Amino acid sequence: MREVYVAGIGITSFTRLEYPLVEIAAYPGLMALRDSGLKKIDHLYVANMGGGRINGQTGLASAVVDHLSLTPAGAATIENGPASGASAIKEGYMAVASGMHDVVMVIGAERMREVNQLEATDFVATLTHPLAEYIYGITLPSLAGMFTRLYMEKYGVTSRHLAMVAVKNHHNAMDNFFAHLHEDITIEGILDSPEASTNNPFVAEPLRFYDVCPVSDGGACLILATSEVMKKINKPMIRLAGIGQATDTHAIHERKDPTELLAVREAARQSFVMAGVKPENVDVAELHDAFTILEIAESEEVGFFKKGEGHIALEKGDTKIGGKIPINPSGGLKAKGHPVGATGVGQAHEIVLQLRGEAEKRQVKNARIGFTCNFGGFGNNVVCLTFIKEK
Amino acid sequence: MSVDLEKILRPVETPLPEFPPKFMTLSNGQEMVVRQVDRDEIPDILPFVEPLMHVERDFYHIVAARVYAELLSYYTHRVQDEYVFIAQVAGEIAAIVNGRIVNADIGMSYHTLSLRRGLRVGAHAFAAKMEYHIDILKQKEVLIVAESPIGFRRWMIEYNLEKRFHIAHELGGCPSWSLTRDLFDKARNTLVVGRRPVPEHLLTKAKVGILSPSDPPKPPADLLAATRSMLDNTGTSLIDMKRKLGGN
Repeated sequence: MREVYVAGIGITSFTRLEYPLVEIAAYPGLMALRDSGLKKIDHLYVANMGGGRINGQTGLASAVVDHLSLTPAGAATIENGPASGASAIKEGYMAVASGMHDVVMVIGAERMREVNQLEATDFVATLTHPLAEYIYGITLPSLAGMFTRLYMEKYGVTSRHLAMVAVKNHHNAMDNFFAHLHEDITIEGILDSPEASTNNPFVAEPLRFYDVCPVSDGGACLILATSEVMKKINKPMIRLAGIGQATDTHAIHERKDPTELLAVREAARQSFVMAGVKPENVDVAELHDAFTILEIAESEEVGFFKKGEGHIALEKGDTKIGGKIPINPSGGLKAKGHPVGATGVGQAHEIVLQLRGEAEKRQVKNARIGFTCNFGGFGNNVVCLTFIKEK
Repeated sequence: MSVDLEKILRPVETPLPEFPPKFMTLSNGQEMVVRQVDRDEIPDILPFVEPLMHVERDFYHIVAARVYAELLSYYTHRVQDEYVFIAQVAGEIAAIVNGRIVNADIGMSYHTLSLRRGLRVGAHAFAAKMEYHIDILKQKEVLIVAESPIGFRRWMIEYNLEKRFHIAHELGGCPSWSLTRDLFDKARNTLVVGRRPVPEHLLTKAKVGILSPSDPPKPPADLLAATRSMLDNTGTSLIDMKRKLGGN
């Protein structure tokens, strides 16, 4: 297996983008080409979840490779729910590491706001079990609400802890030009003031409005390449060192303990083993906080904190920029945004920026090892990536 | 015999009770004051509305154009029984809401224009307007329409408004929706917020001068222009360039 490096990166704002899905996908690809200085690629993977259903655009990779004038490079679309992005990166990694290709472009793109929020929520809910969950009207927020209730009862997490995640990530997003939400919210405004329950109403109790990520459009891109290619371009040597992927039961009620996110645990373990590092070695992480509770739960499952102690670390400020292990300096899904198919690539984009030292005001000092957790379904398909900056 | 035409053109005003100002804490922790403004303050507000006529997003252009006309009409006495409230955060104008009294029982909601997006700024200001009609003017219902999907979600869905489609609203003759006293009472504990009296320092800050919004709504940036101009093999960039140059 050959070593695989990140040669170029690109991203759009995660927001509402009033352009066709193909253009949303193509823009970060163009930016990544510029960033890398490369003119052509061997293969393109495009991660996308809803193109066929909500945008009427199938065969997205074929459209994008032509839109970028990158034909005759191979092209394939990867759909793996909200974990599509990191899954596509995994495919790109394998193509380069195996020796099949030298340069692979991986794009994640989604245009969710073409439909209204009810339709978008329903579209995402189609990843749930069709007979045990979806037909009963389950949605991802409702699953997360039940998960949160269990977590609160078992580990003592409170609404204040959830709000602390939201406040932290919104604050981080203030320094991210590409983030969807630029609102520096406060505990007073969303929890304590007389108007807080109106500012921050329940969405799926106990989850409130500010506990839930926005519905975003957006795209992000990584170009993966061999060490030989990297020698020809003058870019920092950021190595994709570890990849882990694991699954869990499709229907959540079949899990022995729904508060245990076993796929996260296993995917993170695989990724760390492959990279030859431990969770305590990680300098910066992007975790899949589609709901605030997930940042707390994932921070435990990947091994940053003991099970049931993620909220205590949060209280101590360990997850802030400048803390023991800064989590979601980009703003996370909570404030940076969550264009589902693009999210995993967006997370990797942030980690590469951090390891390059190009994250400006939200830069984590001396970051050398970065980690992402891209959470598909409700934890039934998870991909974790570990990046290492080489000297 | 001389005729004072202005007296004929100018509607006779009905004396209306004043809206007592109130304030609320926003999600970002800032305090927002909602207060009624006099005619004298309208010239100070108009310059903040005009730029929004050029924001072709979320129907800002239509709403701003209509609000501009409504404010001017109010200022020049060319509308019957209109009122205008503004919301201010640290003196900066954050929202404008206005409406009109049709008769003792019916109010006509005109517009809610947010100059500070997010944080439920517009929603709080709209709720204050409804409070004025239902609680202070003691009206039975307020007729409402929405120009934008955001407005529709905020008013028609959140307040569960009743249809009054047989009544043409004054805004474009569109079918009306109605906020009744019963609906307002149901929303009272969840959507209608604010505290009184407004602390002196907040009210003074609001009245001393209406400051321009620091982050007003803007036209969407062409974030994808690079794709279009650099590597567009579909001709989109050419079409877009021609449009920008004023061609067909």
